[in-house]
Amino acid sequence: MELADIAIKFGLIIIIFAISLVVAMYSTYAERKIAAFFQDRVGPNRAGPWGILQPLADGGKMFLKEEIIPTNATPFLFIVGPSLAILTACIGSAVIPWGQNIVVGDKVIPLQVTDINVGILYIFGVVSLGVYGVMIGGWASNNKYSLLGAIRAASQNISYEISMGLSIIALLMVTGTLSLGEIAQQQHGWHWNVLYQPVGFLLFMICSFAETNRTPFDLPECETELVGGYHTEYSSMKLGFYLFAEYINMFISSAVMATLYFGGYNYPGMDWVTAHVGPVIGPLIGTAVFFIKVFSFIFFFMWVRWTIPRFRYDQLMDLGWKILIPLAIANIVVTGIVITLLN
Amino acid sequence: MESLSNKKKQLTVKPLNFWERAYLPAIVSGLAITMKHFFKKPVTIQYPEQKREFSENFRGMHSLKRDENGAERCTACGLCALSCPAEAITMQAAERQKGEETLYREEKYAAVYEINMLRCIFCGLCEEACPKEAIYLDGDIVPSDYLRKDFIYGKDKLVEAPLNQ
Repeated sequence: MELADIAIKFGLIIIIFAISLVVAMYSTYAERKIAAFFQDRVGPNRAGPWGILQPLADGGKMFLKEEIIPTNATPFLFIVGPSLAILTACIGSAVIPWGQNIVVGDKVIPLQVTDINVGILYIFGVVSLGVYGVMIGGWASNNKYSLLGAIRAASQNISYEISMGLSIIALLMVTGTLSLGEIAQQQHGWHWNVLYQPVGFLLFMICSFAETNRTPFDLPECETELVGGYHTEYSSMKLGFYLFAEYINMFISSAVMATLYFGGYNYPGMDWVTAHVGPVIGPLIGTAVFFIKVFSFIFFFMWVRWTIPRFRYDQLMDLGWKILIPLAIANIVVTGIVITLLN
Repeated sequence: MESLSNKKKQLTVKPLNFWERAYLPAIVSGLAITMKHFFKKPVTIQYPEQKREFSENFRGMHSLKRDENGAERCTACGLCALSCPAEAITMQAAERQKGEETLYREEKYAAVYEINMLRCIFCGLCEEACPKEAIYLDGDIVPSDYLRKDFIYGKDKLVEAPLNQ
C-alpha cells in the first residue's frame, strides 16, 4: 500500500467519523424539532437562528455539569460502560459503502473504509457488543433500577438479534454474499433488495428499532417504571455518551438498512447521470442519494417514536419470540422455494 | 339488578379480527394521524415577543385612578380593604392640606396605599366596593420578582401617571 493510499484511507476515516458525530449531534436537534412539529409546537428556537446551535449548547452543558460517581458504584466499570457504548457505536460505520468508487485519472478512490467479505457479520458483532456498554454501566451503578434497565436491554437485544439474523439469512440467499460493498453493487439502478425481500425488510426494521432501544421498544429507559433506566446514576458527559451512542446507533442502523434493502447509493438512471457529469461528481451524487435515504430512515425512527406508545415487557418478548422468529423462518423457507423454482 | 332508567345496555367485546391483531394497519393509521399534525401550524405563542390578547374583562394589576383634573380620586375610606377577601390591601389616611387641592380630590386621602400582590386573588371586589371609582384592575399581569417584600406594591407603582405627561 502506498503512502497516498494510506493518507486517503485516513482522510476517509476522519471524514466518516466526523460525519457520524455531526449527524448524531443534529439528530438530537432534529428529534426535538420533529417532536415539536408532530405535537403542533415550535421546538427549540432560542439558541441561534431556528435554534440550530441547540446541540452545541446541550454539549456544553453536558461537559460543564458536575460529574458524580456514586459511592457504591464500581468506579472502573462505571467509566467503562459509556465508553464502550460510544466506541461500539462509532466503529460500525467502517464497513458501510458510502458511494461508488471515485476515479481521478488512473487512481481509484473507494468510498468505503474497508470492504471486508464478512461485512454483515462485522456489523452484527458490533451491534451485539453495544449491549455490553449498557449492561456494564447498569451493573456498575449498583442501583436496582439501573440493573433492571440493563437486564431488559440485554434480554431485548438478544431476543431481537435472533430474528434480525434470520431475516438477513433470507437476504443472503438472494444476494449470495456477506460483503456490504457487493450487496450495494448488486442493487444497481432499480434492483433494490426491498422489492425481493419486503417481509425481510419489515422484520429487519422492527428488529433495528429494538436493537437501538428506540420507541416502541425503549423499555430499558422506561421512566415510568425504572426512573431513568440503565443510566439512572449517570451524569454529565458520561450520560451524554449514552444518549449520543443511541443517536449514532440510529444513524448506523439507518445506513445499514439503506445499504441492505434500499439500494445504498444506487438510484434509477444513475448510469446516465454518471456518464454526463463525470466519474468524480457522479459517485458523489450517489453518496448524496444515500444520505437522503439515511435521513429518511432517521426521520422514520422519530416519526414512529412520536406515534406509537411503548410495549409492555411481556408483549415485547411475545413479539420477538412468538411472531418475529416464526415469520423470519417462514420468510427463509419461502425465499428458498422461490429461488429453487426460478432456477 | 333491574335498571331503573331502562337505559342499561349490555356490551360485548368483539374478538379482534386478523388485521386488528396484526397491529400493522393500526400503526399505519397512527402514523398518518401524526403526519397530519406535522404540517399543521404550531399553536405556540412566542411569549415575551408575542403576547396573547386579553379578554375585555381581564383583571390584572390594580391602578389608582385620577379624576379629570389629575387629582387622585382615592379618599382612603377603607372600603376596598374591608371588601378584600384576601386582606391584601392596607392604607393610611391623611388630611389634605391647603394648596393640595390639585393633588387630591377629597379632603382625606391615602398617604400610604399598599397591595400585597402575593395575597391578591384578583377577584375585583375592591373595584366593586369603591364609591369613588378610584381603583380598577385594568393593568397587565403582575411581573415576577425575586423577593417577597418586592411584591408589596405602594403608591409609586399603583397610582396612574399624571395627566399632563
